[in-house]
Amino acid sequence: MKPAMLPLEGLGPLLPEHISELVVGVALFGIIWFVVATKIMPIFEKTYTARTEAISGGLEKAEIAQQQASAALEEYQAQLATARAEAAKIREDAKAQAGEIAAEMKAQATAESQRLIETAKAQIEADRSQVMRSLRKEIGGLATELAGKIVGESLEDDQRAKRSVDRFLDELEAQSADAK
Amino acid sequence: MQPSDGFLVLLEGDFVPPSTESFNSRPLFPSDGWIQCHAHGEAIPAHCADFVPTWTDAWLTNHVAQAVIATLVVIGFWLFVAHNHKIVPGKRQFIGEWVYDFVRNGVSKDILGHEFRKYTPYLVALFSFILVNNLFGEFFVFMFPTFSKIGFAYGLALCTFVLYNAVGIRKYGFGKYIKKMVLPPGVPWYVTWLIIPLEVLSNFIVRPFTLALRLFANLFAGHLVILVFVLGGTWLLEQKDNWFYNLSGAVSIAFSFAIFALEIFIGALQAYIFTVLTAQYVHSAIAEEH
Repeated sequence: MKPAMLPLEGLGPLLPEHISELVVGVALFGIIWFVVATKIMPIFEKTYTARTEAISGGLEKAEIAQQQASAALEEYQAQLATARAEAAKIREDAKAQAGEIAAEMKAQATAESQRLIETAKAQIEADRSQVMRSLRKEIGGLATELAGKIVGESLEDDQRAKRSVDRFLDELEAQSADAK
Repeated sequence: MQPSDGFLVLLEGDFVPPSTESFNSRPLFPSDGWIQCHAHGEAIPAHCADFVPTWTDAWLTNHVAQAVIATLVVIGFWLFVAHNHKIVPGKRQFIGEWVYDFVRNGVSKDILGHEFRKYTPYLVALFSFILVNNLFGEFFVFMFPTFSKIGFAYGLALCTFVLYNAVGIRKYGFGKYIKKMVLPPGVPWYVTWLIIPLEVLSNFIVRPFTLALRLFANLFAGHLVILVFVLGGTWLLEQKDNWFYNLSGAVSIAFSFAIFALEIFIGALQAYIFTVLTAQYVHSAIAEEH
């Protein structure tokens, strides 16, 4: 169909139909290359750089936050431990104090009761000796009078009578003391 | 067009099977001479044997136009997804980053290591330009993969050839670079006579040609297969009083959809391969160790 301008005619479809294909192809590709190199690539790379910075910045922030958090945690734990120790100490003190108070109270109570007992005993003793004294006085007179009536003679000799009454009473007393 | 001797023609007679001529460009503003010599269904005048396309016939063709449109689509896409970037990407930016990262991290960084920044724009441009042109083969309006015209494939292979040699020469100087490329270190002296021609052939001739031919041949063959199934299927479907032809036509049209899917995959794969090999060649040109 076409004149055999070149010895390459036998190449068939391997020979470009028009040289324009090659030239236009290279030119168009060159344009795309230029646009991608000068416009497109810088935009994408800038985005990537910004993104990397944003991510690494975020990571740094997170790390700092984590450090702060762990520091706070340690502090709280330390505080908690102190508080626990304090509480335990307070409990111990309270126990000890309670024991002391109880002992003191007991001692006080014992002392008080002792004192009451002493007072009561003293009172009793005083009453008893008073009673004894009055009894001795009365019983002596009565007994002497009774004995005079029985014997029919007056036991005027008070001195003698009194002596024998006292002796008698002492014996009685000694007996009762032995019975105790 | 000459009726070919394909077997389908033997079946019925008036079918013109797709051939390499199905890939010919049409001028957007054809000259009178071109119209005369490309009239369908008429005897082609004798002087057409000497027909030379005019400047506009050769340069303003439908395929050049579609390459220009592909360029506009690619640049438009990148400007669209690069517009108004944020640290937390929206849907639009996410798609852009997905494609850009695929080439930047998946190809450029992977192969070129720490020097990837210098070559990423080239690889991104290469990948997106080839991908869009390949997908033009499967989608409406064009239905023609630009790189099934080998001139475009030669063009890109030439760019890659110039690139990897240029960066190698810039880094090592001409003599040292050539020595590095033709004689791998550690080769015993008595096989250098064999290794040097092989390395020259492999690094300076086979590389660019295979790059171009691989891209071209995959898309050329794929488009031809689609043409066979679609045109042949349509022709069979249109035959009257032959249910077997019609059934075969329907099956072949249905099957063409599977081929379309395959071609989309191949188009993407070839764009990827071209990009990966370009990165690989650049790497071998600048690598310290061979």
